[in-house]
Amino acid sequence: MLPAFTLAQWSQNVATRRKFDGRMNAPGGKAVVDATWQGPDLAAQDVATRARVLNKLRLGDIFFHQLTKSAAILVLAVLGGVILSLFLGALPAFSEYGLGFLVTESWNPVTEKFGALAPIYGTIVTSLIAMLIAVPLGLMIAMFLTELCPMWLRRPIGIAIELLAGIPSIIYGIWGLFVFAPFLQQHVQPQVIALFENVPVLSTLFAGPPFGIGILTASLILAIMVLPFITSVSRDVFDAVPPVLKEAAYGLGWTQWEVWRYVVLPFTRIGVIGGVMLGLGRALGETMAVTFVIGNAHRISASLLAPGTTISATIANEFTEAVGDLYTSSLIALGLILFIITFIVLAIARYLLLRIERRIG
Amino acid sequence: MDASLYASRRRRNHLAATASYAATFVGLTVLALILGVLFWHGFGGLSLRVFTEMTPPPGAAGGLLNAIVGSLIMTTLALLIGAPIGVLAGTYMAEYGRHSRLTSLVRFINDILLSAPSIVVGLFIYYVMVRPMGHFSGIAGAVVLAVLVVPVMVRTTEDMLRLVPDTLREAAASIGLPRSLMIRRVAYRAARAGIVTGLLLAVARISGETAPLLFTALNNQFYSTNLNAPMASLPSVIFQFALSPYKDWQNLAWTGALIITLAVLAMSIMARALTGTRKAS
Repeated sequence: MLPAFTLAQWSQNVATRRKFDGRMNAPGGKAVVDATWQGPDLAAQDVATRARVLNKLRLGDIFFHQLTKSAAILVLAVLGGVILSLFLGALPAFSEYGLGFLVTESWNPVTEKFGALAPIYGTIVTSLIAMLIAVPLGLMIAMFLTELCPMWLRRPIGIAIELLAGIPSIIYGIWGLFVFAPFLQQHVQPQVIALFENVPVLSTLFAGPPFGIGILTASLILAIMVLPFITSVSRDVFDAVPPVLKEAAYGLGWTQWEVWRYVVLPFTRIGVIGGVMLGLGRALGETMAVTFVIGNAHRISASLLAPGTTISATIANEFTEAVGDLYTSSLIALGLILFIITFIVLAIARYLLLRIERRIG
Repeated sequence: MDASLYASRRRRNHLAATASYAATFVGLTVLALILGVLFWHGFGGLSLRVFTEMTPPPGAAGGLLNAIVGSLIMTTLALLIGAPIGVLAGTYMAEYGRHSRLTSLVRFINDILLSAPSIVVGLFIYYVMVRPMGHFSGIAGAVVLAVLVVPVMVRTTEDMLRLVPDTLREAAASIGLPRSLMIRRVAYRAARAGIVTGLLLAVARISGETAPLLFTALNNQFYSTNLNAPMASLPSVIFQFALSPYKDWQNLAWTGALIITLAVLAMSIMARALTGTRKAS
């Protein structure tokens, strides 16, 4: 006879195994286990050992389950910690300046007058210009990769574009500062300024001396950096379009462009927007590359060629040199604003991508 | 039949195809330009001295030894802290709580952390570690990087464990293997290549990370393995040297940039080769 506690444990063991997967409530399994367990010549010592081993396994199971669960909860805790610490860190600045912090342009460490308007403006403007360039470019590359490119070239070109995402942001920074900005300064910006000199709106947008560094240069670098994210998400959703839909359109005599524009794009619209938002999230938070080429000037200029600043560039440039609690706190407040903006953008991106995932299945 | 309509449709199609070719060409050209410039400026400075000597004062010869060692120490520590947490959390999501609400919440939050600005994570660690301790330190740098490792590991572990066929799990359960052992002996083994890929991607992600290190580990002109003191790292040395007015510092920055880029690209290519499937980081 088996002692009672072993039986209880054994039945629990079976129960856990049954719970393990819905498909596993096989009656046959029980019979097999029964045969090994209720052998008549089971020595008492074996039973005790077995009980001990089973108990250890059961405890190990519980321990491992709880361990993994707490790791999962820790991920949530990290986000909570980020929000809480930014909030606490930003509190002194917000209690000093109130919501006026958001709309004040001045940033003066000497008089301790801080306002976030110039960095917020720079962050949003650089990201928007970057998206304006990167979205059409990324979509065209994705179209090339899914429709036009010969099969054997798809993977290498796809990987090459994705390698752009692998290059660390500081590399873009020094490339931008030493190669790209001087090139723009000497060969592009003077011509652009001359070209739009007498055009009403554009003359303001492209005014001033060609510095090389500035809002526009930062935007161009950002565009290159987010390009791979937009390309790879769009390519993946384009690939997921059922071939039947495209074939039906081709059967009607549509051209490749028409099929792409009126079948593929509408079908994948949500996913593409998700990818764009993902890229936007990256662009908003991008730090090092921008820090190198934006010029770090706390003012809002009408000209895109003028130096400016972004939230992340301000923090990267000034944080270690910030003296005084108010200065540090203002920088942390900038970080909080950045986090809230990117959180919203990324949450929308994930929501949209989740929706298209469900639809495609 | 309206021939002009056909002609205009054909023209538009040609235009779109040309634009698409041109866009791809631009993308590839930029990649080639960046890599080309890196080699052009950085390759000349690549010598044994880079790996054996300290960062020099302006005007003197030197290498990047302290920066490389600092980067290696912080990256290793970050993996030791971050990878187990990420793997365990991913295990929970793919094995125990496959349909639980906690899993979908963690997945959502994790995806956001995956693309959240790293500089914000740096501020977080500054607030909870550097400020209470009163000084910058290598350990704070390692913790920042660990926080960046976790989401990458969670994502890949979950994805890869989900690819393990359930029949394997059922077979293990049918011979009486407890669930935790099944996960460790069967599921992990089947997903091993995928998890290693995750590790590589995580290292690739953090080894170029600069912004959050600026106000956690800071930088150090000297050789130091003291985790309680400021520590140099390759990216922050590049940042400092590239923005300096000294020509030899700038050259060292280029060499450091080449080293990082080659290491990171090698890791992402290896990661791709390991899984054989393309996966955006």
